[in-house]
Order: sequence, then C-alpha cells, then structure tokens
Amino acid sequence: MSTAVDICLTVNGERVSRRIEARRHLVDFLRLDLGLMGTRAGCEHGMCGACTVRVDGRIARGCLLLAAALDGAEVETIEGVSQSGEMRDLQDAFITRNACQCGYCTPGMLLTAADLLSVNPHPTRAQIREHLAGNYCRCTGYQAIVDAVEATAAGRNAKSEP
Amino acid sequence: MKPAPFSYLRAGSLADIFDKWEAAGADARVLAGGQSLLATLAFRLSTPPALIDVSRVPELTGISADDGRIRVGALTTHAELGAHPLVRQHVPLLAAAVPLIAHPAVRNRGTIGGSLAYADPAAELPACCVALDAVIIAQSATAERRIPAAQFFTGLYATALGEKELIAAIEFPARKAQQRSTILELARRSGDYAMAGVVARAVFKDEAFVDGKLVFFGVGEAPVTADAAMLALTGRPLTDEAIARAEAALDTDLNPEADQHASAEMRRHLSRVLLGRALRRLLRTEEACVA
Repeated sequence: MSTAVDICLTVNGERVSRRIEARRHLVDFLRLDLGLMGTRAGCEHGMCGACTVRVDGRIARGCLLLAAALDGAEVETIEGVSQSGEMRDLQDAFITRNACQCGYCTPGMLLTAADLLSVNPHPTRAQIREHLAGNYCRCTGYQAIVDAVEATAAGRNAKSEP
Repeated sequence: MKPAPFSYLRAGSLADIFDKWEAAGADARVLAGGQSLLATLAFRLSTPPALIDVSRVPELTGISADDGRIRVGALTTHAELGAHPLVRQHVPLLAAAVPLIAHPAVRNRGTIGGSLAYADPAAELPACCVALDAVIIAQSATAERRIPAAQFFTGLYATALGEKELIAAIEFPARKAQQRSTILELARRSGDYAMAGVVARAVFKDEAFVDGKLVFFGVGEAPVTADAAMLALTGRPLTDEAIARAEAALDTDLNPEADQHASAEMRRHLSRVLLGRALRRLLRTEEACVA
C-alpha cells in the first residue's frame, strides 16, 4: 500500500493541492511544504499549544492532525489572520504589554486568546488563564499575556458599549 | 518526533471501514480525532502499518434520545458533547466533565469514542461512563455488541473490544429525578491528565443516600469503582461522620501506583480529599457544578 496521499484544501483562503506522505502532520505541511513558518512545531505531541491553528473555524493542535485527513478542510494560520487584520488589536496589545518575549508561543497564544474572546467577550483573569492553560510560554511571561488579553477585551467592550 | 511511515485509508461508510480493515490487516488502527493516537505514533509507542480514517463515516455521528436513553455517536467531539442540549438536559454529568478534558483546541477534535477506545486510566469519560452505567455499542463487520461500561475497561489501555471491532456509539440512561452527580479532579496543570479524580453519582431518598456509584480515575489501571466507600454511605444521610467513614473505606477500594506525578500515598490522600469535596458538593444542589 502506498504511503502517499493526494490532498486539496484551503489555506488562508487559497486553494492548495499537494501529494504528501501519510504521516505528515499539519504543522510540517504548513512549514515545510507551504513555507508558512508562523505556526510553530513545539513538543509535537499535543502538550504545548505552539502549533495552534484554526481548522474549519475552530482552533486545533496542528501536530495532532494529519494533513492527509484534511482533504477539503479550511485551515487558517497566524499569517492568514494577521493579513485579514481580525485580531490586530490583540496583536497590538501583545506588543504594548511585552507579552511576546522570544515569540515562539505567540502565534498559538494569539489564536487561542482570540478563540476565547469570540465566545466570551468579558473573560475574568481566571477564565483567560484557564483557556490558555494548554499553551506553554517557556519564557514564563504569562502575566503579561493575560494582561494583553484582558486589555483587548476591555478595549473591545469600551468600543461596543459607549 | 515523527511517526514511522504508514499508509492512510479514508472510509466513507461503516461497511467501508470493515472492507478496508480486512484489506489492511488487523494491525491497522482506526483514526478518529487522533488526539491520543497521533501523540502515541509520534513517540513511536505503536507503529501500525495503516490508519483507517473513520472521521467522515456518517453512521458514527449524531446525538439522539430514545426511550429514556441518550445515544451519542462515537465521533462526537468533546466540544459537541458539552454543548449539546440533549446532553446538558439528560446527561448533565458529561457536560460537567467536558471542561476538565484537555484544552479547548483538543476538545474541538478529540472524540468520545476515541477516548473510550484509548482507555487512558486518568481520562474523565471512561470514569463517567462507568458511573452512569453507560452501554458501549461495539460494531464489527458482522455484529453489534452491547457492552456495559463496567465490563468494558479491562486494564491499562485495554478494553473489551475484539479484533477489527470499533465503538459505534455510547448509550446513557437519562438522568432520573432525585439523582445528582459531580466530577472533580486534581492535575498539575489545568487540562492535564489527573493525578486523581472522582465521579460521584447519588440518588437520594428522604435525605438518605440510597443508590449511586463512586468511580475514581487516575488511581488505577482503569476506572476504579469504590464499593467499600459506597457501602459506608448507603442508606444513611450524608453527614460529616458518614463522609469520614467513606473516606476511610477508600483504603480498601484503592491501590494506586506511584509515578513521576505523584506517590501512591499522595494519590490516596488526594482521593480522600476529592471524595469528601464531591460528596459535600452533592449536598449543595444549588451549585451549578452538581449535574
């Protein structure tokens, strides 16, 4: 039996067709086959959250998804959401609050934090920590990251509730 | 680390799964959400020759209610399980368990069938299934079997599933009036596998604890039903004294192993603490955490 698989999917709005090895996970597919280096390969077994991307609109661990299984899927990475500007305020808050130190965890943190804010526009600090619990920051800059998410929520709420 | 090479087969229907499994051989593994399987492949803890992707098989999806039972398709993700109105109304314990399972990104892909088939001793859903007297519906090429959850988990990462047999669905009895349940766990990091956890289900009559189940996870090779602790409570009101007797009885029920996360004695201690907290929660019906 062949270990090669043909897939056709959408990545950041663009149709992509490739022949890949069945064992290729989504992070390697994005980084090595498509050259999208924003998604990080951290632990590669689902613990660290550095590889968080959006698949069909919901966040997922890129290292725990086979690219072969994603035929027809819609994948969004940090490159895509940066280009669309949908979380510009969150990204700005990360910079302002010094919430990206080495930057390795930042794309995963941003996508996970944006996921929280999409379902809970008024999170408490405890809820922010709980939602981000699956994302490791080995600079241990958690305080600043929680500050940035909290500031973003406050900013959005001030805008929507004059 | 990267997995060893394997071939990938996508099944389109239930019958197609078994055709492909027959062709690929019994060592081929079923891929659903992949949230445990892909990690074990990355560690090369297993090196199957082929994966059969069942994630698009319609017969394994959906949640429905019928005659006092809630049927949950094996492909139901943890996120879907926790949000589904039938689950929230009739099996609220499952909805209470979902936030304890891993992290949001994993809950979006991981499935209930996958969690039960993988049978991690520290996982929440196997313990919930045992506590709720769920029935695992197993499907092979030729037959369907109904396996009570209490008989399904046979050891460390081991289940009653036979060769080329998979989980199609899980059936839960709908909650009866007077029944309360809760789940609690302790982990080093929120969302990690628990060092110890408990699912408590109780039926009360005139304040007395008349029926139910106490099931621990993370403290044995499979979910552990605490019969001695249960006996210490049955037929009595849930007083501090009764709770203390149940905590003491856990020494008979539990025989945890030590690992890098906690010693055996620490696990015993955490189990006693969790049992006391869980039972006191059951008394406070107004709390949202009592399901």
